[in-house]
Amino acid sequence: MARKIIEKFEIEYLQVLGEDGRCDEKLMPKLSDEQIKKLYETMVLARTFDDKAFSMQRQGRIGTYIQAKGQEASQIGAIFAIEDKDWLFPMYRSIAALIARKQPMHKVLQYFGGDIKGLESPKEVNNFPISIPVGTQTLHAVGAAWAAKLKKDKNVSLAFVGEGGTSKADFLTGMNFAGVFQVPAVLICENNQYAISVPRKIQTYAETFAQKAIAFGFKGIQVDGNDVFAVYKVVKEAVDNARSGKGPTFIECYTYRLADHSTSDDALKYREKKEVEEWQKKEPIERLEKYMRSKKLLDDAYKEKTAKEAKEKVEKEVEIYEKLPMPNKEDTFKNMFEEMPFQLKEQYEEFMKNG
Amino acid sequence: MAKINIVEAVNSALAQEMEKDNDVIVMGEDVGVNGGVFRATDNLQKKFGPNRVIDTPLSEEGIVGTAIGMAAYGLKPVAEIQFSGFLFAAFDQLFSHAARIRWRSSNRYHVPLVVRTPGGGGVRAFELHCECPESYFAHMPGIKVVCPSTPYDTKGLLISAIRDPDPVIFLEPMRIYRAIKEEVPEKEYTIPLGKAKIAREGNDVTLVTYGAMAKYVLQAAEKIQDKVDAEVIDLRTIYPFDSEAIINSVKKTGRAVIVHEAPKTSGFGAEIIATINEKALLSLEAPIVRVTGYDTVLPMAKLENYHIPSEERIIKGISKVMSF
Repeated sequence: MARKIIEKFEIEYLQVLGEDGRCDEKLMPKLSDEQIKKLYETMVLARTFDDKAFSMQRQGRIGTYIQAKGQEASQIGAIFAIEDKDWLFPMYRSIAALIARKQPMHKVLQYFGGDIKGLESPKEVNNFPISIPVGTQTLHAVGAAWAAKLKKDKNVSLAFVGEGGTSKADFLTGMNFAGVFQVPAVLICENNQYAISVPRKIQTYAETFAQKAIAFGFKGIQVDGNDVFAVYKVVKEAVDNARSGKGPTFIECYTYRLADHSTSDDALKYREKKEVEEWQKKEPIERLEKYMRSKKLLDDAYKEKTAKEAKEKVEKEVEIYEKLPMPNKEDTFKNMFEEMPFQLKEQYEEFMKNG
Repeated sequence: MAKINIVEAVNSALAQEMEKDNDVIVMGEDVGVNGGVFRATDNLQKKFGPNRVIDTPLSEEGIVGTAIGMAAYGLKPVAEIQFSGFLFAAFDQLFSHAARIRWRSSNRYHVPLVVRTPGGGGVRAFELHCECPESYFAHMPGIKVVCPSTPYDTKGLLISAIRDPDPVIFLEPMRIYRAIKEEVPEKEYTIPLGKAKIAREGNDVTLVTYGAMAKYVLQAAEKIQDKVDAEVIDLRTIYPFDSEAIINSVKKTGRAVIVHEAPKTSGFGAEIIATINEKALLSLEAPIVRVTGYDTVLPMAKLENYHIPSEERIIKGISKVMSF
């Protein structure tokens, strides 16, 4: 008989790049100057797109839109750690991730403009359609990773979930399956502090979200989600582990939603302006700029050029979006099944006749 | 040709498809070492190994949700949900994802998933172990629903379901899992989804049914054959369903009785009646009669036989439509 400690756990936290733009060189992941510039340019592009999409919603040029503002480091840092052949399971806020993952911006607008075709993945990558129900995509990521393992492919699944999503059964059971079957999945929780209006304290009494992985038998780690170097480093390690057969990792990106939940939300109803201003200081893009300036990777001319090019790219994509034809009215019927079953075919024929 | 029952027919279809196609895998609770609580997957793990016949954690949404990811990736999972009453935990995964991934991805991904589950009452099973959820899924755009009633049909329909590129709910008739033995070819064969079977030819009345009820409807038809010459249509699949077979028969007989175990209101019988009204109203000699479960929960063992359509109730239904 005994009463003793049989297991002990620790949760690691990683920050490489401080809020002041200073960096711990010992922790710095291997990234060339070119890669750092690419990260920066992609983050600026995603932010520029986000601002534009927001104003387009206000002008009635697209429908409801979900901003990723403030979460660019979490999303883009992670995408930089995977390869084209890997599988991405995004959620509705993963817009910066999708832009980094080659999803054309006009397609993102097409989706939020009311045409399902915008979710179509570019051929060269495996982007799953964004999940609208919360947390359910975790299971798809785990299933695809499991299939890759069974087929002996060296592909990894990467999924995003919000901290609110960690309360869902599908997320928890997904984590459990990932652990039991040691699948090559990297599951990222973007803890942006709010699920619409509900603060993270109401999602869990646990000190971190990262520690939820412990219950499922694998590693959970928290990173500064506004530090693109830390996110990249941790996700890269997790992806390498997954690819080499060492199983899943759960990563909590500690970040903040600088925008409202959606264009239909007013966050001032439930959070103080001062809180947003405090987080604005920890914002990921400015922090990276400070670092790059100190390393002579960025000067005013490069910064202006990057901003200008991003704006031009976004405007070009907006133009493509606005010239897109109406979707074919028959597509909905045609894409339900490989072959239309009898009942549907009958309705389709009537629909085409009557309009 | 060997005489086998429905459970053995399921096993035979699974084994043959797994033999033929390495992408076919079986997953679920107790399906591996134990061979399933009904033994439908008996010996499959021994034959194909634990990577293709997978015992999963106890989570229906987990089984269906991961199977969706596997199917989209390129496998052909056949997931077993131990009892259909527990399928509701996976409802969101089926409705929000499996059914519409093809549409949402503009055909880039599709979900060749089969969810097998035993349904229906009559075996004195425990609460929620004998549900009839077929109409929920027939009402779910993007899902096909199969309800076999014999060993021969079970094998041919399950092979078709596994080869189907879209998600299929395969609702096995628990009550008659072992009640019928018939000769079933050892070699593979398919029965197309959406084609009904004229289980008995007749001229006086059309009896439309599916699943376990088919056996009892046939028995009722035989019992009253001296008075009434009944035609029995076993739908086999309810989405899509063979409206042509129903209409042709009703045009001939002018009368119809629909039999299912599921509750009456919004049950699949309503859809059949609507179809007859749309396409054969003027052939009707009498209002259509439904013999179904009631709008109650299915009671426990002691009262369940009051609720599941019995031979007697089916005969009463036939008499009613004949005496109009």
